[in-house]
Amino acid sequence: MRHDHITSAKQLSRADIEGVLDRASEIAADPSAYADRHEGALLGLLFFEPSTRTKMSFTAAMKRLGGDIVDMGPVDSSSVKKGESLADTVRVVEGYADALVMRHPSEGSAQMASEFIDVPLINAGDGAGQHPTQTLLDLYTIRENAGLDDLTIGIMGDLKYGRTVHSLAYALTNFETRQHFISPESLQLPRNVRYDLHEQGSSIKEHTELDGILPSLDVLYVTRIQQERFPEESEYRKVAGEYQIDADTLAAAKESLTVMHPLPRVDEIAHDVDDTSYASYFEQAHNGVPVRMALLDALLGGDQ
Amino acid sequence: MTDQELRVSKIENGTVIDHIPGSQALNVLAILGIDGTGGETVSIGMNVPSDRLGRKDVVKVEDRELSQSEVDVLSLIAPAATINIIRGFEVVEKHRVERPDEVTGVLSCSNKHCITTEDEPVDSRFEVLDDGVRCVYCDSITREDIAGELLMAATNG
Repeated sequence: MRHDHITSAKQLSRADIEGVLDRASEIAADPSAYADRHEGALLGLLFFEPSTRTKMSFTAAMKRLGGDIVDMGPVDSSSVKKGESLADTVRVVEGYADALVMRHPSEGSAQMASEFIDVPLINAGDGAGQHPTQTLLDLYTIRENAGLDDLTIGIMGDLKYGRTVHSLAYALTNFETRQHFISPESLQLPRNVRYDLHEQGSSIKEHTELDGILPSLDVLYVTRIQQERFPEESEYRKVAGEYQIDADTLAAAKESLTVMHPLPRVDEIAHDVDDTSYASYFEQAHNGVPVRMALLDALLGGDQ
Repeated sequence: MTDQELRVSKIENGTVIDHIPGSQALNVLAILGIDGTGGETVSIGMNVPSDRLGRKDVVKVEDRELSQSEVDVLSLIAPAATINIIRGFEVVEKHRVERPDEVTGVLSCSNKHCITTEDEPVDSRFEVLDDGVRCVYCDSITREDIAGELLMAATNG
């Protein structure tokens, strides 16, 4: 992979993706072989928004490569609170680390930050924009469970604001996939994602209900519908309730269906699904470590 | 020149921007940052009958020759505009606006969550699409009211 920064899934070619996933498979098979690979290297963490999985799995990934992290900590106790610009913050912090991971509430923040620094920057989520490392671990999980070609996938929930959806839908256009998008009309894919999918030659099949399409799916990717997207709580409850699944819902699915979720979930996947053979969302979260190890290894010069 | 265009008198030296869609002349001036404070004489013809556009606007800026890069951004709201450079009452150069591949610093992003709308040391940058513009930073596409976004950028200057 020849990228200095990873800001969007749009920059990843099929070869890039397969390179990271292959390396992640090797790491997962024999993590100890990579234990000292980046000894002494430091990863800077800049999370301007809360994160559990992404931040912890990047920390685990860096430590399992023999490196360590330096963490900006919560925004409340940083100089951002004093009004420092993002451009200044990243220019300072690049002097402390060999690579940076950043999550920020503004869309385009990762692209802008990357223009001010020389060390590799990884976008760990920019508002409703992109979340490319989540996409890589999603693709890894799909490949392990269903394969990435000749795949029929349903992506359900908040497709408008869900950055994991935007990154994943684009990345899947590199493979032979049929994508179905299931959401309330008010939360359908945004204009820019539609534009990109059309440009990539993908047809957009949209549904407001899961029922009709469920039996044909190899993968069902569920995302959370957030209450703050609705002006009235009653409307949220009504809409969100229509996009919840439980073990009974899945009776109509293929036996081999893989159910995924970027987590955290609230009630969109009932707990009775956890014990079924469909549930892959915890495995998906665990895959974050080998996948992020593979990506960090590539960015820190592991290919050389 | 036709009789209609003569409603605004000829200028000796400067730039005439012709074939602007009707009622867009003030937007054109705002985009070019021409607000009269520079002292230049500016004449405007609005909703002048035109064979090609039905109604068109014409802007004449005296003693200032606008460069191609200055006027290309006008292609976003006035794709049919023609630029005439005048010296000694004669048209010495005549060209059309060209749609640039990218525009920098002249539009503000319509996405209020875009990083370029915050207090950061970065100019807005847009890829020009066939039917709109796309923010290089947040990826959002603007198709409607591009003139409004242009004006906002000009005001924020």
